[in-house]
Formats: sequence, C-alpha cells, structure tokens
Amino acid sequence: MTASNVAVARTAWVDSEPATSTRRRKVRPARVVLHVFLAVTAIVWLIPLLWAVYTSLRSYADTSAHGYLSLAHGLTFQNFANAWSQSDLPTYFWNSILITVPAVLLTLVFSSFVAYFVSRFDFRVNLSLLMLFTAGNLLPPQVIITPLYRLYLLIPLPASMSDSELLYNSYWGVIAIHVAFQTGFCTFVFSNYMRTIPKEIGEAALVDGASVWRQFWQIILPLCRPAFAALATLESIWIYNDFFWALVLFATGSKRPITSALANLQGQFFTNQNLIAAGALITAVPTLVLYLLLQRQFISGLTLGANKG
Amino acid sequence: MTSTVDQQETQQRTRRDRSRRVRRLSRRDKIVLALMVGIPTLAHLVLVWVPTIASVVLSFTDWNGIGLDSIKFVGLKNYEQLFTNYPAFWPALEHNFLWLAFFLVIPTPFGIFLAYQLNKQIRGSRFYQTAIFLPMVISLAVVGFIWEIIYNPDTGLINGVLGTNVPGHYIDWLGNPKLNLWAVLVAASWRHAAYIMVLYLAGLKGMDPALPEAAAIDGASEWQAFTRVTFPSMKPINIIVAVVTVIESLRAFDLVYVMGGNNGTKPGLELLSLLITNNILGESPRIGFGSAIAVVLLVISLIVIIPYLVQTFRKERVR
Amino acid sequence: MPHPFAGRNIGSMPGGIPPLSRRTMIKGLLGAAGLAAAAPAIAACGGGSGSASSATDTKLVTFGSNGSDPVPKKAYAATLSAFTKSSGDQVKVNTVDHDTFQNTISTYLQGTPDDVFTWFAGYRMQFFAAKGLAHPIDDVWAKIGGNFSDATKALAKGTDGHYYFVPIYNYPWGVFYRKSLFAAKGYQVPTTWDDFMTLAAKMKSDGLVPFSFGYGQGDSWVPLGTFDYLNMRINGYQFHMDLMHGKESWTDQKVNDVLGHYSQLLPFTQEGAAGRKWEDAAQALIAKQTGMFTLGLFVAQQFTSAADLADLDFFAFPEINPDNGQTAVEAPTDGFMVSSKPKNLAGAVKLMEFLGSAAAENSYLAIDSANVAVNSQADTSKYNTLQTKAKQFISQAKNLSQFGDRDSDPGFISNVVEPALAKWLDNPSSTKSTLSTIESQKSQYFTS
Repeated sequence: MTASNVAVARTAWVDSEPATSTRRRKVRPARVVLHVFLAVTAIVWLIPLLWAVYTSLRSYADTSAHGYLSLAHGLTFQNFANAWSQSDLPTYFWNSILITVPAVLLTLVFSSFVAYFVSRFDFRVNLSLLMLFTAGNLLPPQVIITPLYRLYLLIPLPASMSDSELLYNSYWGVIAIHVAFQTGFCTFVFSNYMRTIPKEIGEAALVDGASVWRQFWQIILPLCRPAFAALATLESIWIYNDFFWALVLFATGSKRPITSALANLQGQFFTNQNLIAAGALITAVPTLVLYLLLQRQFISGLTLGANKG
Repeated sequence: MTSTVDQQETQQRTRRDRSRRVRRLSRRDKIVLALMVGIPTLAHLVLVWVPTIASVVLSFTDWNGIGLDSIKFVGLKNYEQLFTNYPAFWPALEHNFLWLAFFLVIPTPFGIFLAYQLNKQIRGSRFYQTAIFLPMVISLAVVGFIWEIIYNPDTGLINGVLGTNVPGHYIDWLGNPKLNLWAVLVAASWRHAAYIMVLYLAGLKGMDPALPEAAAIDGASEWQAFTRVTFPSMKPINIIVAVVTVIESLRAFDLVYVMGGNNGTKPGLELLSLLITNNILGESPRIGFGSAIAVVLLVISLIVIIPYLVQTFRKERVR
Repeated sequence: MPHPFAGRNIGSMPGGIPPLSRRTMIKGLLGAAGLAAAAPAIAACGGGSGSASSATDTKLVTFGSNGSDPVPKKAYAATLSAFTKSSGDQVKVNTVDHDTFQNTISTYLQGTPDDVFTWFAGYRMQFFAAKGLAHPIDDVWAKIGGNFSDATKALAKGTDGHYYFVPIYNYPWGVFYRKSLFAAKGYQVPTTWDDFMTLAAKMKSDGLVPFSFGYGQGDSWVPLGTFDYLNMRINGYQFHMDLMHGKESWTDQKVNDVLGHYSQLLPFTQEGAAGRKWEDAAQALIAKQTGMFTLGLFVAQQFTSAADLADLDFFAFPEINPDNGQTAVEAPTDGFMVSSKPKNLAGAVKLMEFLGSAAAENSYLAIDSANVAVNSQADTSKYNTLQTKAKQFISQAKNLSQFGDRDSDPGFISNVVEPALAKWLDNPSSTKSTLSTIESQKSQYFTS
C-alpha cells in the first residue's frame, strides 16, 4: 500500500455519512430493522454508563432517603468536586501522565526501530526476533512479576532519579516494564505496516548515499504516521488503564497512578456509590478525549497494518 | 503477512539486489542498526524473558519470598500439591476455559456482527459506533466499579428493577457461586464486544468494497457474501481478533480483582491469574507454589501463542 | 497533602499529554530532546512530595500508614503533628489503601519500607519479626513500659522475647444492636445460646432480619469473627489458639461442633451476604431492618448521625459451654513497628517513644472514637458511652484474642480458611469435606 491508499482509506471513513445522504435510498424494511437493532444495542451499551452518570449526579442524602432507583430530587456536581479534591485525584492524574507519556513515546520509538530492522532488511535473525517480541507481549504479567520485583530491588538508581534509590518504587521501573512489554505488540503492527511500503522507496535513498538513519528518519517514518496514531491511542489506553504493574512495583501510595488509586477511593467512601461513580467517571475522561481526537487516524492506522492479506 | 502478487515480484526483484546492498552498509550504518535493534531487544529480554524463565525455575522451589537464602529446591512437589491438594486450582482452570469459550461464542462474534452492520453506509453510524465503543476506553478496574453499582444486592440497578432486593427474593449476583462468574462475564463482554467491534471495523474499512458488492451482484445472499467473501479476506484481522480474545480470557484479572474482592479466593470466581497473585503476593507468600500456577498459565498461553505465530509467520519462512 | 504540582518543574514536561498533531507528535517523539525533557520531570517527582534529598535528612522520619479511611487518616495526621510539635522532627506519611497495604506487605518490607509503619499485634506481627523484617525496639520499651499492662506487653513481643511493636489502640468484637429497637420490641440482651436463638426466632417472626451479614468483595474475613467466638465459647480460648497456630486438627469433632452451631445461625442471617460489603450490611442495622450484627467496634464509623450513634450498643457473644463462659474477648490491637533497616533509626525510636505515650494516644482517640486506648495513662474522660463500655468489656476479659487472620498464618487464613468458609456458607451441609480440605492444606503453611 502506498500513501495514496492511506488517503483513500481515510476518506472512506470520513465520507461515509455524506455519501448516504446524497445517495438517498428508499426506505427498505431491512434498513429499518438494522436501525432499530443498532439503536437498541447502543442504548443497552450506554445503560451502565448512564446509570453511573445518574448516580454520580445525585446527592448522597437524596439516594439514601429515596433509594437509588428513584427520581432525582435535584442534580449536583458536588460528587465530582468531592471526588476530585478529597481523594487527591489531581495527584494521581499527574502520576498517570508521568507514567503514560514517556512509556507510550518510548514504546513507539523502540518498536519502530525494531520493526524497521525486521521489515526492511533481510537478516537471518529477523524472523526469530519478531517472534520473540510478539510472543513476549502475549505472556501473562503474573508470570513475570516475582522475578521482576527481585530484579528491581537489585538495580540501584541515583537519588536524583528516584527517592527509593532503586528501580523498585520508581517511575522509571514502571515505565521500563511497560515499554519492554508493549514493544512486542507495536513491533508486530509496525512491521506489518512497514512491509507495505515498497522496498524501492528506501533503496533509492540508500543508493543515493543516504545513511540508514536518514532512510528511517526521513522516508520510512513519515509514511508510518497513521500507524503511529493508531498505536499511540491503543497504547495510551492500555498503559493508562494498567492496574497490575503499579500495584506491585510501587510501595508509596502517593506515587501510584489513578487506576490503582481508585481502590483507595473505594476504601474511603465505602457506601457512597455516588462518589465512587463520580470518581470512576473522572478517570475515564483522558482516554475518552484521546480516542475522540485520534479516532480517524486510529481506524486507518490499524487498517493498513493488518489488512493486506 | 504480505503476499500480493505485486509484492512477491518486488521481493524477488529486490532479493537479487539485497546481497549487494547489505554489504554496502557502512560501518556507521551497521552500528546504528545494531543500536536500534540491540537496545529494545536487550530491554525486552531482561525484563520479560529472563523473569519468565526465572519463574519456571522458581516453580521447582519452596520459598517464602523473604531473603534469597531461604530458597529450597523441592522438585515437583509444588505441582503435585497443585493438582491434588489445592481446591481452587481445578475450578480456576475450568473458569479460565469457560471464560474463553464464552468470549469466543458471544461477545467476539457479536462485536464482528456489529462492525459488519456499522460498516454499511447508514445514517447515524458514528453515533452508534461511539456509544458502543465507549466501554473500551474505560479501564477494567473502572468497569468493575461501574458494574458493582449495578449488581449491588441492596442498592443495585438490577435488583432494584426486578424487586429482588427484599428478604426472600434476593439475587446475589456477585456472591452466589453459581451466578457470579456469569455476572462478571456480562460486564467483561460489555467491554470485549466493543473492543472487537473496533478492531474489526478497522479491518472492514480497509477492505476493497468492490469484493462483497461483486458477490451481491452475483446473487449471493448477504450471509453468503459475508462468509464466502468478506470473512476469508479478513484473515489477518481474524487472527488478531482470535488472539486478543484468547489472551484477554487467559489474562483476565483486573475485573475480578475489583468485583470479586482481592482478599482470598471467592467461590465461583477463581481464576489462575488471581491464584498466582494470591500466592506470590500476600502476607506469607509461597513463591514456588505461585510460580507453579504461573507455569501452568504460561503453558496454556504458549499452546495458544505458538500456533498463532506459526500461522502468522509461515509465509516468511517459506520465503 | 501538598498541591500536586507543587515543587515540580512543569515547564520541562513535553506538553503534558501527547501532542495531538501527528506531525508534531512524530517530531516530538523522536526528538531526543523530548525524551530527555521527560527525565527531570520524573526525577523531580520521585519524592512524591518534596525533594528527593529530604529523605535522607536525619530530622525526617518516614511513616507508612494503612489508615486510608478518612477518620484514621485524620487521626494519624493529628498524632504525628503533635509529635512534630513536641520534638521538632518532621514526619512524612505514606498512606496506602488498607487492603493493598496488607496484600503487599511482604514486598513492601523487603523493598524500600518507611522507617515506622502501621501493623497488627499477634502472630501476624511475630511472623515478620521472626523473618528479620522488623527492628527490635527494647530501648523504646525501657522508657514506655510503665504505660502498659503485662498482657499488652506480651502482645508487643516477638517469639524471640524482644519487643517489636508499640500498640496504640484496640477494639472489641461483640454483637451490636440498637437500644431503641430492643426497647420498642421488648427484647432482652441474651447471655446464653438458647436465649440467643430464641431472640433471633422472635425477631424473625416480628418481620426483622435477625442478623446483618455481609462478606462480599474483599470482606471474606467477616465470617471469621463469628467462627472465632463460637470456637472460644464452645472449646475454649486455648483450643482456639492452638487451632489457629496449626497445633490442633481441623477435623476434630470440636471444630465440627463449631460449624454445627454456625449453621444454626444461618437461617437468621441477611440474604445476599456473599455479595455484600460489611458497610452495606451495617446500613441495614442503621435502618432497623436487621436486629443484630456480630462485628468489631469499627461498625460505629458507619453511624454517621450522632443520634444513631448514641443508640448503638453491643453485648458479649453468648455463653455456650458453661466451662468457658463469656470470658474470652476478641480484641484486635493495632500499632506500629520499625522496619529492619530504617534510614533514620534515631528518629524512628523517638517517634515510637512518642507513639507509646499517653499524649499520642489522646490525640489519636480525640478524632477516632471507634477504638479504645491500650495505654493505661490515657485520658478516658472524653470517651463516649460505647468507648467506655468497650474499655470495661476488654479489661474484664480473662483472655484476649486478636482475630482469626492475626492469630494465625495470614496466608493460611486468606488462601485456605477464608475460601473454605465462604464455600461452606454457600453449602452448610458440606461440613466434613470443608474441614478435611482445610486440614489437608494446613501442612503447607505450618511446617517449621
């Protein structure tokens, strides 16, 4: 596939709606059934979220007096304000950013390196390298955690990098395992993607005397933008939502990212479901915004990576 | 995974040049390439594969996790105990496979079906898409919190609507060992179907729309067009979907950790990932025993991963 | 808590969230500058709060706390600020969610633990002391010893005879009820098993659910409270302790009797208990839908209205075997330990001495009124009626137990006993197989 196909794929997605409106079809029963089906599904899919939103907008006094399944006597954003301030959500958000941003960036850098190597050159090790990375990503994290924890206890860091002076209980450690673990999936997608770029494109540059680095940096990478966008979205969602690594590899409560900190929220407010719902919804906002912003690139990026049978 | 006729030709043509080209790489190029591949590979090996192998070794030991000198080799004792004298193990194994079967039969096909329908040019497609996609951006832990509010025996949505929160009529969605796995599976499917829908939709968007249309003109029914044309041409995406489904089922952890409680094992909700965590973390850890469970999960994962890799990379080996 | 952005160099962050334009994203992505820029921000944040170098400041003591609920969090903050005021030393608190703190204690203590950390008395304390993960504090006890009874001193010692623990409070388990409900219906506090059963049956016929019950999600420890009391009432304190320490057989007829009595209670308990948290079960007691609740004094934390709290009372778990009477009381004790290699040992010792003083006890209990002091010098004049009763209740006990998961190997309890008990509650006719399952796994935990 070439850059022009990329454009085609993207337009197909963007234009899907106007296309229907210009090409008006007559109303067919099958279409009506389809719309009813999709509308019902969408509503069923939204119910849990809407219920959480509804719960979060009611005061605790209201729900404890009338029950949760009742008409609200006034709606309020107070639960969101309370969840935000009482449980230090800003701190935990910041922690999540400190982990997610570098981890996603490094994962993309590393995996694009490896993918470039395995897809654009023909060394004997390529296939085994690709298999190593792909298989590594599919391992269950629980298989890794105990030795990893021991390993982290053995690796010192200067005090300027982490107050723990170890890879354990440091942002570096959590970022490192995210990068090492996620590089597998990204390498797989990137290498599929890069293989769709005709060899001649890069080779012409090499013949012209360009270095390998320039070929990668100036020719291959710009062509991979959609894949970057797609993987940036997916990886941000995955890393931001991780629960397990942070649970074990941090000892300091205030260093933990927001998903682990939610357990804290639950401990603090036990029966106040209104507040828990508000807190849970707040944590979902960043990934939602990210997805909505990168939606188009997300679809087209994944498409090209996978669909050249 | 690339094998169009065009490309095979390109590959044959370039293979002749390649031997020359590789030799032409300058010393600096070689160093750059070595660094580009070496650093990520080293990181991956040290942080993922070395610990995995260490876990396998630890599964033959008895270790309370405190101090390295307390490690004792005990041979196969952990496995023997696991298979014969650990009541949670067989249910956990069963639940992992049940989870997998359920995912393969309900949410995965449903996600594919949704993607297929949404790919038709219909009004409001974006709204439907976004509504159904929403659960995927939410972390499994948060999915757990949201569904807890729904399943709560006293104040939850379902029991409230059904009127089953009064004495004599309780439905204990998360407590009853015959119900709770299904309750959790519904919550998990809510997210998984969304996930599969997005992946498949991405695949369908990239497919040549002429293919199914041609089939339709030939008089094939929609079902025939899908099964005979669309589905086979989506093979790469199908593989990804299958693997994602299998891995999500085997790795299932967060949701049960939140909904089932992190303290001990809840009857009906035993899962291998939770048993590992219970044994290797906790106050008096049994690292060796926990690692033995991890190895069982590893073996199951490898049984899934290896055919997938063989399938995926077969073409290249032939090349 | 400091403002989250305090002391952090925001200017050096690469845009905070991933830049959204693809062109700038790729540029930023591969620009070494982007990655290098992230480094100082992460490092600056390493301390969680404040700069990293302060951790080695000898004036600073670090304190790991499991007091994540609002009341204990506030109470610890008040206690520690009283310490800072009297000594001039700063304390940095690391609060971790209560359940997570327990689940990760082993990795926490072997990693980079705080100088002083919150923990529990009993086998659970001795276990970590014996593994060399705690620092002995005999010098602290040389100074604070006069403040505590001999029974409390015994609780603070490891199996090697050295002191490892400074207690701050304890709380009794009992059967809680609302006085107004008992008065309105003319119920009498039962002292024997037969009275107890009669009362429960009466409540049921009055349309009440006799017992609140909930052990959903992480609360699988709740059923242990009833188990412990039944065992101590039927078989006595010593048998209970021996069973917990792995010295008695779970297949003994005596344990069978315990579950036999337990099963008599089950028809009177709240339905849906396996999926309900204890906090929700407490709501039913507040709402007078249920009559009684076997739980710890912490149930009072759920009584947020002062009028409801004043109406809350409890009685001792009834007598079953006259030989044992009602003399054993389950009274878990919480307190503090020093980690094995504290960065600031002198500061940690100073803090422990303070925590063993009446002043520390008073400032803690001024905020947390769901516990009672173990320090005999503590001020009891401000106790509410419930605390006064609890204090008396504990002091009259002949034997004090800690709690199932504190008197035994915590892994054995959480991986073997709790799941087995939860299964049994779902199917109470499986007593024999339940007990033999527990017995057969016991040796995996009690070898040495």
